[in-house]
Amino acid sequence: MVASRAIGSLSRFTGSRTLRCPGYICRTFTGSSALLTRTHVNYGVKGDVAVVRINSPNSKVNTLNKELQSEFTEVMNEIWASDQIRSAILISSKPGCFIAGADINMLAACKTDQELMQISQEGQRLFEKLEKSTKPIVAAISGSCLGGGLELAISCQYRIATKDKKTVLGFPEVLLGILPGAGGTQKLPKMVGVPAAFDMMLTGRNIRVDRAKKMGLVDQLVEPLGPGLKPPEERTIEYLEEVAVTFAKGLADKKISPKRDKGLVEKLTSYAMGIPFVRQQIYKKVEEKVRKQTKGLYPAPLKIIDVVKTGIEQGSDAGYLAESQKFGELAMTKESKALIGLYHGQVLCKKNKFGAPQKEVKHLAILGAGLMGAGIAQVSVDKGLKTILKDATLAGLGRGQQQVFKGLNDKVKKKALTSFERDSIFSNLTGQLDYQGFEKADMVIEAVFEDLSLKHRVLKEVEAVIPDHCVFASNTSALPINEIAAVSKRPEKVIGMHYFSPVDKMQLLEIITTEKTSRDTTASAVAVGLKQGKVIIVVKDGPGFYTTRCLAPMMSEVIRILQEGVDPKKLDSLTTSFGFPVGATTLVDEVGVDVAKHVAEDLGKAFGERFEGGSLELLRQMVSKGFLGRKSGKGFYIYQEGMKTKNLNSDMDSILASLKIPPKPDVSSDEDIQYRLVTRFVNEAVMCLQEGVLATPAEGDIGAVFGLGFPPCLGGPFRFVDLYGAQKIVDRLRKYEAAYGKQFTPCQLLVDHANSPNKKFYYQ
Amino acid sequence: MTSILTYTFKNLPSTSKWALRFSVRPLSCSSQLRAAPAAQTKSKKTLAKPNVKNVVVVDGVRIPFLLSGTLYKDLMPHDLARAALLGLLHRTSVPKDVVDYIIFGTVIQEVKTSNVAREAALGAGFSDKTPAHTVTMACISANQAMTTGVGLIASGQYDVVVAGGVELMSDVPIRHSRKMRKMMLDLNKAKTLGQRLSLISKFRLNFLSPELPAVAEFSTNETMGHSADRLAAAFAISRPEQDEYALRSHSLAKKAQDEGLLSDVIPFKVPGKDTVTKDNGIRPSSLEQMAKLKPAFIKPYGTVTAANSSFLTDGASAVLIMAEEKALAMGYKPKAYLRDFVYVSQDPKDQLLLGPAYATPKVLEKAGLTMNDVDAFEFHEAFSGQILANFKAMDSDWFAQNYMGRKAKVGLPPLEKFNTWGGSLSLGHPFGATGCRLVMAAANRLRKEGGQYALVAACAAGGQVCHSRSTGASGKSFSLKQSKLIQECLI
Repeated sequence: MVASRAIGSLSRFTGSRTLRCPGYICRTFTGSSALLTRTHVNYGVKGDVAVVRINSPNSKVNTLNKELQSEFTEVMNEIWASDQIRSAILISSKPGCFIAGADINMLAACKTDQELMQISQEGQRLFEKLEKSTKPIVAAISGSCLGGGLELAISCQYRIATKDKKTVLGFPEVLLGILPGAGGTQKLPKMVGVPAAFDMMLTGRNIRVDRAKKMGLVDQLVEPLGPGLKPPEERTIEYLEEVAVTFAKGLADKKISPKRDKGLVEKLTSYAMGIPFVRQQIYKKVEEKVRKQTKGLYPAPLKIIDVVKTGIEQGSDAGYLAESQKFGELAMTKESKALIGLYHGQVLCKKNKFGAPQKEVKHLAILGAGLMGAGIAQVSVDKGLKTILKDATLAGLGRGQQQVFKGLNDKVKKKALTSFERDSIFSNLTGQLDYQGFEKADMVIEAVFEDLSLKHRVLKEVEAVIPDHCVFASNTSALPINEIAAVSKRPEKVIGMHYFSPVDKMQLLEIITTEKTSRDTTASAVAVGLKQGKVIIVVKDGPGFYTTRCLAPMMSEVIRILQEGVDPKKLDSLTTSFGFPVGATTLVDEVGVDVAKHVAEDLGKAFGERFEGGSLELLRQMVSKGFLGRKSGKGFYIYQEGMKTKNLNSDMDSILASLKIPPKPDVSSDEDIQYRLVTRFVNEAVMCLQEGVLATPAEGDIGAVFGLGFPPCLGGPFRFVDLYGAQKIVDRLRKYEAAYGKQFTPCQLLVDHANSPNKKFYYQ
Repeated sequence: MTSILTYTFKNLPSTSKWALRFSVRPLSCSSQLRAAPAAQTKSKKTLAKPNVKNVVVVDGVRIPFLLSGTLYKDLMPHDLARAALLGLLHRTSVPKDVVDYIIFGTVIQEVKTSNVAREAALGAGFSDKTPAHTVTMACISANQAMTTGVGLIASGQYDVVVAGGVELMSDVPIRHSRKMRKMMLDLNKAKTLGQRLSLISKFRLNFLSPELPAVAEFSTNETMGHSADRLAAAFAISRPEQDEYALRSHSLAKKAQDEGLLSDVIPFKVPGKDTVTKDNGIRPSSLEQMAKLKPAFIKPYGTVTAANSSFLTDGASAVLIMAEEKALAMGYKPKAYLRDFVYVSQDPKDQLLLGPAYATPKVLEKAGLTMNDVDAFEFHEAFSGQILANFKAMDSDWFAQNYMGRKAKVGLPPLEKFNTWGGSLSLGHPFGATGCRLVMAAANRLRKEGGQYALVAACAAGGQVCHSRSTGASGKSFSLKQSKLIQECLI
């Protein structure tokens, strides 16, 4: 389940949906009385400096939507026209957000690429006017400054940013399958150099301010202030404004130069970039790398390279035109729609729809200091939860404690934490072998070995020591929660919390409720998960819940395909080229062959024929030989420390040979193999929705992408059905059904969607 | 941050009926303290506590505080501490064998003399039977030395304690890097030539890069000047306000020096150099001159500059503390009672230097006094901006309600009673030694100006403060001091 690491970066978005409310009148007026009709942008004048304040009503964030843009244009025109004003600063009145980017809904509402191109060109024109302004403009940035917000900021003559963790700069467009369409692709390379610009635009990564300062993306930093005569956040913004005003004055008086001294390395780089041959090499290198990583499945990165290249090689007019054209094209692609859908789903799964729990969880206890238990502990202590980590043996406990420490220490090495913060965070963890302190626990998460009788034993032991309000959560990937809860004295307090390994990297948390689980227990579990930084789906109890249940039939198909003689490496490349971040064979090794066997047996019993396909015997033989996958060093592949390329495990040949079955030629083309895997996955996912295991398609998509690595460019199984067409999927299933039988029988809901093309899982 | 309240009894002839009345009271002053008639208008209660011994400051001295890198630069810390001890012996004529215990505060430790109190005491000719220890608590180390002494006396362990502090910023321990140290230690243990060679072969040039003593807070990695600049900004204190306050400090210090008020300063013959008789950091300048300086920490737009910060200083100080009855029995006329003290601490990031604001009301409440009762305030001036931020915090209802858990603001100390003989900005701030200077300045001011209570306060790294308070001998003075920490002591 390493799968979705690649798109982990999606999580870095801050929610940025704007609620618009037409009748609203803005309350933050500081400036002149003539501006009382504006709701998003207004300004006041301090001496000869205009202070432009951005504050979208009814929203936590500012987004560049049509209203904001038009008001901003009006304001700037007034400023340029005024004789009294010699310079201006732009600042947001919202703590934690400068401008979070363009309004995604505005883009989604466009029907043609012409419309989108027009939006892009409007942005380009506005920002070009800023860039060419004779009155210096200073962007005073506090909080997220992303996408269009950053394009706005880099169009100003000077940038000052608050040096706090909330203030980040970046171009996340690529993660939504589009490109910075308001001049960003043209201005950024000039500002930070081509290599750094490519890095920012192609990865979409957020840049912390200290790094931004070094890169030349911002010119000055302002430290956040502590308590004074006002709340610190308020005073910090005020201070930022004061500093920005002095700089604006200095720029207008020509006492400060907007030009930055470049370091030696920078000078050398920009010299080298002046040589056409070097530039060509860089384009080539970057393109190769992108092609390798995206397998050609994501059009946006290549277009970004193309647009940057056009701007540099053919001049900025051609560059701007290319930018707006490609922006329009990209926003209309299926990939972009899929990625934007995921983004919306993610925003949804970051909310607690069960409300606030009656009692906030402050003390957490975790049973079992294995990979999972320690991982859960790590993501809890760094959010300030007092956490007990209990294990049965000192050696096991020590290993777990070390894992938590290492996780934190790695952050110190990356300078995300100071060593002092690490120590103080690590103090939130208590390692122990007994149940001392459990009487104060608000929630216990057990992560002991997947064995029902063991889980029953710990449940009984724990219930004897915990207070009445304490929630008991079981971290299991396949054991039904109601079976675990069967021995509980208070089944309403029992819930499933299925984490994915490695816990500190995987964003998904699958919460499983039984019929007896109370709403407050669920609210409590979701609250803890959100605190731990997870994206959460809440599903109903049943064998394999949602994620494991979808994966199982696909895994069964993987085994059948291998039995049919397809080379494991080939199967891996077929799956990764379809968009899975990890190849199917490798995935079995990563999950663990014993776990896979366990799950396959359990779910096989529960669902019968539909989960058949590959022979379980293959897994049994592998387990008996000790080929458990990565953890034992051998599975389908051989794993060695420090080895980058992995070799096939030659001992598998005899096992595969002994279980070989003849392939069926009409369903064994490369494409068929890919679709056999994907359609079984999708069919099972839709069945989960049909049976009510899933509450919404969005949760299904988020679970599949973030937990199982379903190709993000397809947007998840449900989005895939919508975009690819239910009919085509049913046709494929019927074809495979003819060859293999019931395992491929499409479920009723899918058939319904195929029969009425207007039926969609998503209507936007 | 800490604050010590020193309660000095003035025994000037200029005391009033108050003193007369007071001498009748059982605790505070005895008939030996000259009760004198004078213009004392206020009459205040004593702060003596039943069943607790009264602790007095007999007297205190300091060697001149010098800019680091000047005349003391070739000395070691214990040389300065020894000079202060010898000066104290001379000033008070206390027999060495009467001293029960010696405590010194210091911040940047010279590793060779890590118990600098003991080294200085032995060198000064104290008996080798007199125990001594060294304490460290950043800029309130000397306050901690004094309050430790108060505790020892009040609890009846000892009667006579010498407390002091020393800092030599002209020389600081610069270490080899950890890698180099490790290799050197391993080399020591290596037995064969082969082992040694293999260790040496691991040597890399970067092992030689030295480790400087941290100027930044360990927990936050922020230097104090940087923190002070942010603090000034948080309270919206302008550069001119800060420069103006610094100028006041220098002017007042200059005046006090010229008028000979800094009577705690003793001359010090520096070996091989001239005799130093006065502090050399007092340099009244003009606001125009000061405005020309560039910000020292937050560049280029900060407000804290070299001119409105305290400078790196070398110096040492010492005070003689006794149980009251012992002092009287020995025929001393003590300068002050040390009454209550409080140490407080806050967030080391954003409230590093705000201790005095927190500690002042606490120590006053503990003593049952109000701001109006205090006749002399001696606050440690780390930075102009820090003092002014503390003023603003003490004058703000919002701050009191949101951060101090109080209903209303503490109130401002009146400037005419505040650091009227200069402060750390002008006199200098040898970290470990400032606390004793504050207490002696408070006591001497009460005696000179006629007052009963003084309050001493200082802020310290780590976010702690000490506050202390003293009253004068025939009934007048009281000082409260607070050093650079977040705890408070009211002596």
